[in-house]
Amino acid sequence: MALDKATVARIATLARIRVAEDQLEPLATELSGILDWVEQLMAVDTENVPPMTSVAEMTLPLRDDVVTDGGNREAVLGNAPRPARGFYAVPKVVE
Amino acid sequence: MTMPIEGRTGEWEVVIGLEVHAQVVAQAKLFSGAATAFGAEPNTQVSTVDAAFPGMLPVINRHCVEQAVRTGLGLNAQINLHSVFDRKNYFYPDLPAGYQISQYQQPIVGRGRVEIEMPDGTTRAIGITRLHLEQDAGKSLHDQHPRDTYVDLNRAGIGLMEIVSEPDLRSAEEAGIYLRKLRSILRYLGTCDGNMEEGSLRCDCNVSVRKPGAPFGTRCEIKNLNSVRFVMQAIEVEARRQVGIIEDGGTIAQETRLFDTARGQTRPMRSKENDYDYRYFPDPDLLPLVLDPTWVAGLKAALPELPDAKRARFQRDFGLGAEEAGVLTAERATAEFFEAVVGHGAPGGRGRGPKAAANWVTGDLFGALNKKGLGIEDSPVSAPALGALIDLIADGTISGRIAKDVFAEMVETGGDPAAIVAAKGLRQVTDTGAIEAAVDAALAASPAQVAQYAANPKILGFFVGQVMKATQGKANPALVNELLRKKLGG
Amino acid sequence: MSALTGLTLAEARDGLRGKRFSARELAAAYNAAVERVAPLNAFVTATPERALDMAAAADARLARGEALPLDGIPLAVKDLFCTKGVLTTAASHILDGFVPPYESTVTEKLWAAGAVMLGKTNMDEFAMGSSTTTSYYGPTENPWRRKNHAGDNRPLVPGGSSGGSAAAVAARAALGATGTDTGGSIRQPASFCGIVGLKPTYGRCSRWGVVAFASSLDHPGPMTRTVRDAALMLGAMAGHDPRDSTSAPLPVPDYAAALTGDVRGLKIGIPKEYRIDGMAGEIEALWQAGIAWLKDAGAEPVEISLPMTKYALPAYYVIAPAEASSNLARYDGVKFGLRVDGDSLDDMYEKTRAAGFGGEVRRRVLIGTYVLSAGYYDAYYLKAQRVRTLIARDFAAAFEKCDCILTPTAPSAAFAIGEKADDPVAMYLNDVFTVPADLAGLPAISVPAGLSDGLPLGLQVIGRAFDEAMVLRVGQVLETAAQFTHVPSFLAG
Ligand SMILES: [Mg+2]
Ligand SMILES: [Zn+2]
Repeated sequence: MALDKATVARIATLARIRVAEDQLEPLATELSGILDWVEQLMAVDTENVPPMTSVAEMTLPLRDDVVTDGGNREAVLGNAPRPARGFYAVPKVVE
Repeated sequence: MTMPIEGRTGEWEVVIGLEVHAQVVAQAKLFSGAATAFGAEPNTQVSTVDAAFPGMLPVINRHCVEQAVRTGLGLNAQINLHSVFDRKNYFYPDLPAGYQISQYQQPIVGRGRVEIEMPDGTTRAIGITRLHLEQDAGKSLHDQHPRDTYVDLNRAGIGLMEIVSEPDLRSAEEAGIYLRKLRSILRYLGTCDGNMEEGSLRCDCNVSVRKPGAPFGTRCEIKNLNSVRFVMQAIEVEARRQVGIIEDGGTIAQETRLFDTARGQTRPMRSKENDYDYRYFPDPDLLPLVLDPTWVAGLKAALPELPDAKRARFQRDFGLGAEEAGVLTAERATAEFFEAVVGHGAPGGRGRGPKAAANWVTGDLFGALNKKGLGIEDSPVSAPALGALIDLIADGTISGRIAKDVFAEMVETGGDPAAIVAAKGLRQVTDTGAIEAAVDAALAASPAQVAQYAANPKILGFFVGQVMKATQGKANPALVNELLRKKLGG
Repeated sequence: MSALTGLTLAEARDGLRGKRFSARELAAAYNAAVERVAPLNAFVTATPERALDMAAAADARLARGEALPLDGIPLAVKDLFCTKGVLTTAASHILDGFVPPYESTVTEKLWAAGAVMLGKTNMDEFAMGSSTTTSYYGPTENPWRRKNHAGDNRPLVPGGSSGGSAAAVAARAALGATGTDTGGSIRQPASFCGIVGLKPTYGRCSRWGVVAFASSLDHPGPMTRTVRDAALMLGAMAGHDPRDSTSAPLPVPDYAAALTGDVRGLKIGIPKEYRIDGMAGEIEALWQAGIAWLKDAGAEPVEISLPMTKYALPAYYVIAPAEASSNLARYDGVKFGLRVDGDSLDDMYEKTRAAGFGGEVRRRVLIGTYVLSAGYYDAYYLKAQRVRTLIARDFAAAFEKCDCILTPTAPSAAFAIGEKADDPVAMYLNDVFTVPADLAGLPAISVPAGLSDGLPLGLQVIGRAFDEAMVLRVGQVLETAAQFTHVPSFLAG
């Protein structure tokens, strides 16, 4: 099995998704099933094959340094679950 | 020059590398069209791209790319014609997408070098590891509400250049000199305004200690220092903390720390260990950044003269000392002001005396600006006006002493020196007859002092003072001296 | 099915221009059809008033003789496209109440071409799925039911992830619909619902304003009843968008003009690796029929080899989840959508994302997080991207020998809702024939070509990059030969 319970707990924390303790084991089994199936990739000889970065045979387009956006607080705060005095509010963070 | 730390067990060497985040001077953000101006109302300079709304995509700002390349050239660095933008994934409320677009394995600028001048006159080369472009995060305000943190995304997405040095620095002082020099280069290039108070230039310090000659110790990173003074203080206290731990038999844990400026201590940041797995991968919304070598060559050809070259030229062409030339070239604006003062000089072509110009700029002008809290850009005395004042001394119109008064007036009113001299009747008296009359009067008024002259020739100064007083300082001092000497001792 | 909703997009366009009916009449007929298909749950949001308003504007232009290319044509929009002022959900609980302050480039282009918006269609949550059963808003039902299956009349999936769009078009509740295809999400539901689905070349249709699943694989495209309709709709959707850095700065050809019906002399590649174990006999037979039709039309079938085919799916299931895990990090309860309060910031994040994401999304985000994490990146992510390079090279080599490639679209016809639900890998195998073209970014179309147990099956044509015209031309020849005139049971019954 590719993934154990502890690993599932670690990646769930990294991904910030709460997983109940009793779901860790079944989830580990399920994810391991997928990863085991993915393992067949290891059979491919990829020596000297560069990883694909983009299918588009293009390079990065550049835009001009002109202000064309912003200036609309309502647009960016209008969907916020907890706007407060022009800010987004989140539970207090201590650094 | 290394400045070891003296511990109980002997000397410790401090090893420092700096990661500087320099905000690119640009109108718009790195990947969105929102404005970058400092101090706007919260969340008013935010596009739906910056706030990571669903379906929003980044498009890079050409100007930011250009400034990164120019900075790389200014740091004598390798420009990578092929570079890649990666996502650095972590959760934080001021990082709206849950990832920062940065450059990880293939930055736009590779290895470079900065020369720093040590107080003893020697220079050292500090290696630059890399420079990469990345997005700034927003700002979290923790003191606005008892239970909430407030997030302002105005800064989110602004273009930053992260400039990483090699661990070549060996003392807090060196780190300070390096940081000032880097700031100077950025300001010469105009790629970053270097304003540390507004956060346009921020510094992370990697600090470790070792016994001289030993391998590198474990380092700690002190985050987000926003003044040169704090950088130096933080390094000093962190190095002493590490020496203390090791000498007490402990080991240093590699960690990220914050500098508490009020207490003068560093302390660990409270973040989960998990957060260090950033899961970098190439941003699939962007393509490789490919630069045209001709374009890069054009940028290189158009670079301004940078502080090192300017300092060398000032020493060579103006005969200035290293320190004086260093002071005059630390800021591009100062150097340009100085060169304008030297100018082409009075009609006839030869420049004004560079030494006199340097004295006026670094002495009287800096003093006056300091007192008024002004930068040289806002100097009430313009470079041509200061040049004209120097000309008035050189051609004998006024004495050096009167010039100080005229200068004081210029600082207050911004007036033209010739006009001030004319209006106040400060033109120097060079009429021998009038001066001789004043000299005779002074000698006649103080016979006792005249008698002392033979034994004490320094008494001459007393009579010069009397004559100058009688002529309101306008008598030509050379003529006064000459006449007094003749009449007193022959 | 009224007379109006029985028309194709091209016929409706001609009818509007010939003033045989008004855009408002057409919109009203389609609004009624949208209501009638409610049992299929094909729409998350219907916008009947907006449809009538847009139709009125189209009528005014038509009256002035200033008709736009798609003036008055009622279309449905996959709920992955952001629509300004209209709820956009990606079929996820986590986007609760999200009303975008912007319009996606593709839909903006459609409205600028005069099209009329009927509503937002259901889909697999965040486009992750092949069945439209992972939607927070419940599954969409396929308008087709099996025939000749004693006792088995279970409702079927429409395929996915663009299942709502496919069901709506098949049930004559829209003249066309937008879809997105990341691993087959346009073509597989088109095959399951008996309609045409076209995945254009990567970069042909802008991704700006389309909720991202896997950025390097997401392809917006048209879903219609005929190949001609797909050509007309693609013409309006496609084009360079400076807001999408991966959008191709290329002119858009007149796709309808490319439908010459002439495939004489074209070499049609038949990849031997697509003849997989356990493939249904009907699929094999249909494939052979397709080869014969093209041969009859003067094309020349040639056997080609795409040796990396079997690795496409596992590579996809590394790359797509990796990108998704990062793309979905923005759903954190701060800026939009669902928020579940918590004691601390991380508590709020974890509760919000646990409540907001369904099982399949959670599965993929966790897989993606894992394959990018320290120590696994090289073994999984980089490996998969190297395999992807080999897959693209396979196609490049094949196109030295042929002009396009013919394959079945999917290894089976539609299956019952709930079937394959417990076996993710079995579900993933639905996309075995469609995923390679996504990984290589190539244009591909699915055309309805026959029935199996009364259920539609599609054939797929894959073309060279940016040669949608070829794919459409060959697709139309198949369409003509197949004479697929069957009507879904939902309409018949
Ligand atoms: Mg750093
Ligand atoms: Zn950084």
